[in-house]
Amino acid sequence: MNSVIKGASYVLVHTPDMVIYNGTTQTTERIVNPESDYLKQVPKHLRSYEEAVGYWPNQTYIGNIHPDELAKVEMPWYDKKMDNADRYGKFGEIMPQEEFLLLVQVCDMFEVVKLEAGFVNAHKEAFAKNPIISEDISSRITDGVSSSDIEHHVNDEHAEGLYHDGKLVGCVKKAHDIDVNLSAHVMHENLMSKASSVLALLYAVKNAGIAKEDVEYVVDCAEEACGDMNQRGGGNFAKAAAEVAGLVNATGSDLRGFCAAPAHAVIEAAALVKSGAYKNVIVTSGGCTAKLGMNGKDHLKKEIPILEDCLGGFAVVISEGDGENPEINLDMLGRHSVGTGSAPQAVMTGLVISGLEKGGLKISDIDKYSPEMQNPDITKPAGAGDVPLANYKMIGALAAKRGEITPKELGDFIAKHGLVGWAPTQGHIPSGVPYIGFAREDIMSGSIKNAMIIGKGSLFLGRMTNLFDGVSFIIQANSGDASAEAGVSEEEVKGLIAKAMKDFAATLMSE
Amino acid sequence: MAILEGKKAIIIGDRDGIPGPAIAECVQSAGAEVVFSSTECFV
Amino acid sequence: MDLENQKRVKDFADELGAENLIVILGAAEGEAAGLAAETVTAGDPTFAGPLTGVQLGLTTYHVCEPEMKEEFDEAVYDEQVSMMEMVLDVDDIVSEMSAIRDEYCKYL
Repeated sequence: MNSVIKGASYVLVHTPDMVIYNGTTQTTERIVNPESDYLKQVPKHLRSYEEAVGYWPNQTYIGNIHPDELAKVEMPWYDKKMDNADRYGKFGEIMPQEEFLLLVQVCDMFEVVKLEAGFVNAHKEAFAKNPIISEDISSRITDGVSSSDIEHHVNDEHAEGLYHDGKLVGCVKKAHDIDVNLSAHVMHENLMSKASSVLALLYAVKNAGIAKEDVEYVVDCAEEACGDMNQRGGGNFAKAAAEVAGLVNATGSDLRGFCAAPAHAVIEAAALVKSGAYKNVIVTSGGCTAKLGMNGKDHLKKEIPILEDCLGGFAVVISEGDGENPEINLDMLGRHSVGTGSAPQAVMTGLVISGLEKGGLKISDIDKYSPEMQNPDITKPAGAGDVPLANYKMIGALAAKRGEITPKELGDFIAKHGLVGWAPTQGHIPSGVPYIGFAREDIMSGSIKNAMIIGKGSLFLGRMTNLFDGVSFIIQANSGDASAEAGVSEEEVKGLIAKAMKDFAATLMSE
Repeated sequence: MAILEGKKAIIIGDRDGIPGPAIAECVQSAGAEVVFSSTECFV
Repeated sequence: MDLENQKRVKDFADELGAENLIVILGAAEGEAAGLAAETVTAGDPTFAGPLTGVQLGLTTYHVCEPEMKEEFDEAVYDEQVSMMEMVLDVDDIVSEMSAIRDEYCKYL
């Protein structure tokens, strides 16, 4: 029996100060051009928390509106505020920076995170009041230290500063004096990824309606590496986050695959559950501080606010077939393989067609495609175009090449099978998975019967291979019979009885 | 005169446009020698 | 343009001679293409990389431009690139590239 999607969560964390101090576009500029005008302008173009919450694509990401509703809002979106925008959404929340820094402190197991005493006192109540933050988590908040203590670490000990409203409110210390893999910078990046993953895990368990004890395995699919000089990418963000989230019966492991990782991870989780190895697996990942403000220069040049000001996180709960929730089909997986090549046409064929062909399906047999769902508000001003739309054009072009539609019908095809983009440009975060929560609901309500999730990864960025990568899978309506393959079917039993009676009758006759 | 033939080509591809290796195939078919190829990613 | 790529372009120009080089781009949009083209001709307009203030004037084209298409083997182009003509705004790309070439290329 196919595994099912029992629930999903999507969270954002508004981290404007981290744009300045941790986004690589800004940190690189500080090295190359420390006096640049750009660096002076960045702080003036960051959005407030209220603005980030009221931003239509962010409200979509956490589930307060469906992508189809976002599509009706005229672009650009950055100059519009949604009415009745809420910090909390159906799938998660948009957490403010000050509360997140407390969550980061909670996630720190090695006393590298120091927060200023006044800052902790000012915000610990609000942090604890968040319905998703249970007592076991909020009780881990420790008292802060003096600001001179923090200044000393930042100025003299290479600690990474933690800032809020432009002020230094804490730091992440290095975890080792010599090992660069445990530098303050690495610890900071990793803790931010871990903490946003914890938040996603908490919501996923809640949204799926399962108990924390029910989770047996967690797969982290972010793009960070944690380890030390002897094992640089040893990992296990999954277990580290599961620990803080209170998933006492879970172990886990990390899956890395650049931006294609989430799709790989969901397939792996679905296979683990379908095989019977585990009953409940959660795929999760946190966000990436390096990518904050990545396209900031283009945004500023066009007089747009710095839109890449949030960390993204998500989690998907995959459980045993239950006759109810939408299933993950493992018989029609698409994949870009070693031999596929890098031509866009070959890539799309590998990802989309190779899976469909296994089930004898046509491109138009899939109701909705969810490839890379980056928010075009962010990418268009940066010269990267509308990424979801480009993907849909490619899928449509393939359909036209195969005679399923005429080139003139491309627009209709895109409207029918496509979605507008809404996810932040946090690498793996927009890659296929943002639609899973909506897909589950759309399938259960009957508005669609299936969806294909496509993940793509730029492996060449790691300089180990020049290859692309990607995988795809189909989510479909549950077949409805929870006991379908459990033991012998009714038909078989009737058949056996009929045969037995015939044999018995024959025996009687012969006597 | 052909623009590409006999030239040394540097390829700057784009993950969301045409990636490096795909451009390299084309450029080589026109008689240029590829000395460097890269694919950039901005998303 | 990625800083490492700028460095490679500069090194190749020094090593092989700017007049012997040609830069082929695969950018997704006209503006991105124009930016890359400007970087290898007039210098990095974002002042971030090694080509800041360096005017190499290199010959540069986008792979989808008609002058390039003409020279490629048709079957190879068809397999490797052609589908993207339905996706990219080629006219926009051509217009941006032409403007940069006309102004900054030294070896056309």
